[in-house]
Amino acid sequence: MSRLYVARNPRVAARSLDGEMMIMSGRDSTLFTLNKTATILWQSADGTTPLDHIVEHRICTEFEVAPAEALQDAETLARELARHEILQISEEPIPPRSPLAGESR
Amino acid sequence: MPESATEVDRLSLVIEIGCMAVRVHTTDPRFLAMLQERYAGFVFSSERAEIDLDVQLTPPNFPEADAPVRVTHHLGRWTLERGDFHAEWEPASRTGWIRQTANPYSIDAVLRIIHTLVLARQGGFLAHSASAIRNGKAFLFAGVSEAGKTTISRLAPTDATLLTDEISYVRKQGAGYVAYGTPFTGELAKLGENVSAPIHTLYLLAKGSENRIDPIPPGEATRSLLANLLFFAEDEELVQSTFHSAFEFVSRVPVSRLTFVPDARVWELIG
Repeated sequence: MSRLYVARNPRVAARSLDGEMMIMSGRDSTLFTLNKTATILWQSADGTTPLDHIVEHRICTEFEVAPAEALQDAETLARELARHEILQISEEPIPPRSPLAGESR
Repeated sequence: MPESATEVDRLSLVIEIGCMAVRVHTTDPRFLAMLQERYAGFVFSSERAEIDLDVQLTPPNFPEADAPVRVTHHLGRWTLERGDFHAEWEPASRTGWIRQTANPYSIDAVLRIIHTLVLARQGGFLAHSASAIRNGKAFLFAGVSEAGKTTISRLAPTDATLLTDEISYVRKQGAGYVAYGTPFTGELAKLGENVSAPIHTLYLLAKGSENRIDPIPPGEATRSLLANLLFFAEDEELVQSTFHSAFEFVSRVPVSRLTFVPDARVWELIG
């Protein structure tokens, strides 16, 4: 099974407020509010850390969940976020792209 | 093109909303008279204008009359389209044109869009919200259709100055925000007063069985504000600007839920 890499799409607007991550698609202005797991995934999605590493070291340490189950859920979540162009996913490390305005909080 | 200065004056007027003046040119005196009536209180004969718009009146032969609004940006030029108009605006040259029939609704939509685009770069916005000034402070009453914007406006006491019953005009000013009156009307069909005041509170409207004010967590406040912002452009940079403007606003202006029954006593809680 190949590794997956995830990266934040720099073309979205993102902001954290009281621990709640909100993201707006720059393409169609759709607003997303991420749950805790999705927020961890978003914040860890640097394009170079493999998804299984994020799950093992960031998600499984935060929630009581079996690693295999957590990885499967994380993959599903990553693909869903990628479908909305919030995340990019690849089987290769993802080089950084220049953001429009970047994330701020 | 008219030759004398007198004729130029006669066929143009300046519509100033939120301290931004737009000079509108037309060759049709009846259309000009219609604009003077439509924007009464917001029309000036000033020479100063940030934007010049040339209105080209055409017969009603737009091919897709029901097409929704579309706002795009390419090579420094904005294109604004809807079933009933086609317009272009170039910020660098401060000029633009509108092709439409002789009606007040098309140019009204173009003005709203242009103001939205300008405000987005300055940290401000237009919002689906009634607003009024009381005791020197501006209050916004936001909500989608049927939320109560018209009702709260209709119930306003005589010491409140109505800025709008439909579209609030918000500018960032120093560390706070200022609400301006607009001619953009809703069901009340009453133009707002052309005055402004610092915004004290944004109320999110809800109809209920009693009058009460409840605090709202910042996340919910921001989501609700974003849902009520007017935004048309298919432009990632402006989406980002508007998104961050909503957060800035919520960090500086108190946001509460105003639940109310439709009678004038609700205004005892405001001001």
